[in-house]
Order: sequence, then C-alpha cells, then structure tokens
Amino acid sequence: MCENHRQDRLDKPLHTELPEGHTLSRRDFMKVGIGALGALAVLELGGVSLMFLQSRSQEGEFGDTITAGPVDNFPAGSVTEFTDGRFFLLRAPDGGFLALHNRCPHLGCTVTWEPHLDRFLCPCHASTFDFYGNFDNPPVPRPLDAFSVRIQDGVVLVDTFELRRRENFAPEQLTYA
Amino acid sequence: MRSLPLRSWKERLLYTPQAEPETRSRIRAVTDSLILHVHPAKVPVSALRFTYTWALGGISATLALLLLVTGVLLMFRYEPTIERAYTSIQQLETQVVFGSLVRAIHHWSANLLVLTTFLHLLRVFLTGGYKKGRAVNWLIGIGLMLLVLLFNFTGYLLPWDQLAYWAITVSTSLISYVPVIGPTISRVALAGPEVGQGALSNFYALHVAVLPVMTTAALGYHFWRVRKDGGISRPEREEGRAERVTTMPHLVRRELAVAAAVIAAIVIWGMLQPAPLAELANPTRSPNPAKAAWFFVGLQELLLHMDTLAAMALIVLVLGGMVILPRWDRHEENIGIYFRSPAGRRSALLGALLSIDLVPLLVFADEAWIDLPAMFPAWPTLVSNGLIPLAGALIGLAAVYAIPRKVFKANHSEALVGLFSFLMASLVVLTIIGNIFRGPNMALVLPF
Repeated sequence: MCENHRQDRLDKPLHTELPEGHTLSRRDFMKVGIGALGALAVLELGGVSLMFLQSRSQEGEFGDTITAGPVDNFPAGSVTEFTDGRFFLLRAPDGGFLALHNRCPHLGCTVTWEPHLDRFLCPCHASTFDFYGNFDNPPVPRPLDAFSVRIQDGVVLVDTFELRRRENFAPEQLTYA
Repeated sequence: MRSLPLRSWKERLLYTPQAEPETRSRIRAVTDSLILHVHPAKVPVSALRFTYTWALGGISATLALLLLVTGVLLMFRYEPTIERAYTSIQQLETQVVFGSLVRAIHHWSANLLVLTTFLHLLRVFLTGGYKKGRAVNWLIGIGLMLLVLLFNFTGYLLPWDQLAYWAITVSTSLISYVPVIGPTISRVALAGPEVGQGALSNFYALHVAVLPVMTTAALGYHFWRVRKDGGISRPEREEGRAERVTTMPHLVRRELAVAAAVIAAIVIWGMLQPAPLAELANPTRSPNPAKAAWFFVGLQELLLHMDTLAAMALIVLVLGGMVILPRWDRHEENIGIYFRSPAGRRSALLGALLSIDLVPLLVFADEAWIDLPAMFPAWPTLVSNGLIPLAGALIGLAAVYAIPRKVFKANHSEALVGLFSFLMASLVVLTIIGNIFRGPNMALVLPF
C-alpha cells in the first residue's frame, strides 16, 4: 500500500507542462545557474591558487646581469667558469664571446671543462661537448644552453635570466667586442 | 582503612574505581565495533596464514603510522629554508636529545615502506587478488604505491645535502622527458630555473600536508574496501564452507604482534644505523656520479641504454598494463593460489630467471660492444637509439609471454604471471645495477 503510493509519486513526471513560450522551467534554470556559478567559483579559486603559486617562479634564483670583466681579460680560445652565475664564458679563436650554461641539458648535472680533452664533460652519463657546446654522443638531446652576452664600454656582461636553447652552434651566437 | 580520609584520597588519585562489569563490557563493545569497521566479525582460517599474506599490508600500515608520528616530531625541529634546512638537520643529529633516533626511524621506515608496498603488490598479483570485484582496490593500491614514491621523493630533498640536491635535480630532469605533461610538471615542481627555495617550499608543503591528506583518504578507502570485498582473496573452493574464527582475538592479536615486531626492529636498526647525511648542497658542483633517488635509479639505468622517449614509452606501457590488469586477465579460477597453478609457477620461474640472466648481460653488452647510433649512422638517434631498443624490448616481452603458452601449455593468466615476474625482476635487477654497480661517470664498476 505504502509502496504503491511511493511508486505513484515517482511515476509522476517531475515537470508539469511549461507555459506557452517557455523553454526552460524555473527548476532547470536554478539547476543550471547554480551549476554554472559553482563551476565559475571553482575556476576562480583554481586560478587564484595557480597565480599564488606562480609568483615565486618569476623571482629567479640567479637571474641577474653578471659583470664578467674587461674584454682583455679573456684571451682568444679561453674558457672561464663563473660558478655563481652558473655559466662558462668562452672566447672563440676569432674573438667572439659565448656564455654557456654549466648544466648538462640531459639530466641537469654540472659539466666541467677538461682542457686536455678540449671538451666539456658531464659526469652523469660521461657525455661530452665540444668548445661551442655541441654534443658528441646521444643521450644528450641538445647542445649546452646559452645565455646572452653584451659588451658595454669594453666590459663583458652576461644576462643570466634567460636560457636560450640551441639546435646547433652557429657563428651568429657569438658576440663581438 | 575506611576511617582514614587521607588514605581514601590517595586511593581516589591512584586508582580508578573499578567499573561495573556491565560498563566494562560496554567499553569493550565500543572498541570492538571500531575494529569491526575495518575487519569482519569472523575471518577464514586460511586468510590468517602468515605465508599467504606475509603480513605485508600490516607491516606497511605500521610503517605508515611510525612515519606519521616521527614525521610530526620532525616538523617541530625542521626549518624548510635553504639557509636553515641543512643546519636544522645537523642540530637534530648532534644536539637534540633522541633527534638522531627519531630521524633514523623516519628515514628507515620510509625506505622500507617502498620495499614492503612493492612486495605487497607482488603478493596481490601472484595470488590473483585483483580479480572478482577487487579491481577497484587494485587500482587504489597502485595509487597508494605511487603516493609512497611521491612521499619518498619529496622527503628526499628536505635534508638539503649534496645527495638530496642532485638526486632531485636528476629526477626532475627525468620527469621533464615525459611527453606533453612532463615539462610543465617539472617546472611547477621546481618553481624556478633550478632546484632552490621554490622547490624546497613545494616539496615541504607536499610532503607534510598534501600527500598525508591524500594518503589518509586513499588508505582509509583501501582498508574499507577490503572489508567490503569480503576480506582478502582466498581459494575459491574454500569459500562458503571455510572454517572461520572470530576476528577478536585471532586476527587482531596477530596484527598487534606484527606491529610490535616491526616497531622493535625499526627502533633497534635506527639506534645502530643513523640516517645518512652528506655534505651541504652545492648547486655549482654535482658529485660524480650523480644518481636519482634510489628507487628511480632503475629508470636512470634504463636511460643509459635507450633514448628517453623510448624508456618513457616502456614505463607507460608497463604501468598501463598494471592498471588494466583486472580487465586484461579475466581468468577467475585459481584465485588465492600463488602463481595460479604448476604451469603458472613454471612461467614465473622462467620469467624471473630469464630476467636475472638477460638483463645484466644486455647491460654489459650495451656498455662494452653495442653502440646503436654508430651502427646506424644514417638514421636519426630517435630511431637508432629509441625505436630499435624499444622494439627489441617489446619483442622480448612478447617472447616471455609466448614461451610459457607454447612450452608449458599455460593459459593467458598463467603466461601473464611469467611476464609480470620478468618485468618485476628486471626492475629489481636494473635498480641493483644502477645503485651498486655504477661508479664515476656512470661506468660499470664492481662494488667490492
């Protein structure tokens, strides 16, 4: 008896006929509206959280302009490491400057300059790079990343806030005094 | 006695008046019903067999509890800034009373937990514990395993020593090779151009707040689900007419005994062997060799032999296979029996032995003779060092599946046991090679 009564109620259509000219019932409007407002709130809170977290990454840890020194300090063909700036400053035999990130692009280990091999060496996978940062063997996906070099009044400045990925070494990557 | 008021005060302070028997049984009823939220009232005798479960779930749960308690203690002393983190750990090791012990318990429990959850997963696989309605809990279990790895991974950085710094540098570089989402995950995790304060804050917040909440929820569901699925898996033929005993005391006492043994073992080990601490992190000089966190070193080892994308594809395939396993293996006979059947046992043995022989041989051959990019200089390295080893690995896996089916007349489920044994043994072998047999420049060395 009671069961039948409940069944009757369930069988009844939830929506009565809509008045002429209406396509959305009040109940459906509320449902969709609350759903949309809820989704908007979630998006807002998500955006707030993301932006809250993101602000830190823009500060950068070493991203300053580093003064490397007067041009004449670096003889042609020399490699000088700036450990705090995380880069090697190279001067090509023709006098052009290039600043290379001191981390292997494969797994992020620091590379060292081995003068007797004329190569950069990464200790993690024994990968090697030539003077211009081109890689010799495969686990490495690309040459050593570079920072931009500027020369002002005979002083070499290296901008370490942006790493440049390179496909290969090209002469136009060098900066001349 | 009754006449002395002093005596009666003392009595009141020192002894609770004996509760009425009725009240005591009520208290008992409340604790019992708490336990019965997790356990059924009666359990089959076969489910209590130690050599069936090896108590791996219970050991893992105990370790999780130990980690929670010691972790909270450590939070009171640890300072998550790159200037102070290492010093605060040093103080913990040298000045704080029991500081070294608490840290050692936390450290060793965490590392042991990686092992016990892995073995727990093996146990559930080998006894077919993911079949017949237990699929959801298998997935939750895989999720929990990943959470344990994330916990260990985020905790790895916190001491801020050389080991921590470079392991996280290498590991986040590994993550950045995951197609599509990898670079974003790596960038968000690091919150900067390299491992620094941003990464330390991230890892700390994840380690002490986000992951514990997620793990508590998932673990609660995992336990509840075991109860809901009618207890742990067991042989089908027993079901129905199995001999049953009451959970209290038979199961609960065993659990307490295991927990007590685990705690005692960890505390004694922690007293003998303090948690390691290397020198202060130096972002300008990586140690040689620089290895990932030890449980990721198997992956790093794999990367020595094939292109990163190929290695990632292999990992994703294996993980995907584990996720779809309940749908992939629908043979529902032989649930609750190790290796399913004699044919399954032979497949497992074959898989494990093949892996233990082949993997070291291949590693050595690749190190000494094989240089794929040099052998196919005309092809891009993505093909010569990626597709070729990946195809080789997949053909090998197919063979490991096919041999038991042909030779042992194994069914699909039994052959999968062989394949799974091969994969898990390979993971273990690669992890051992990477951790112990790799020296400076990641060259193969003998550890002794």
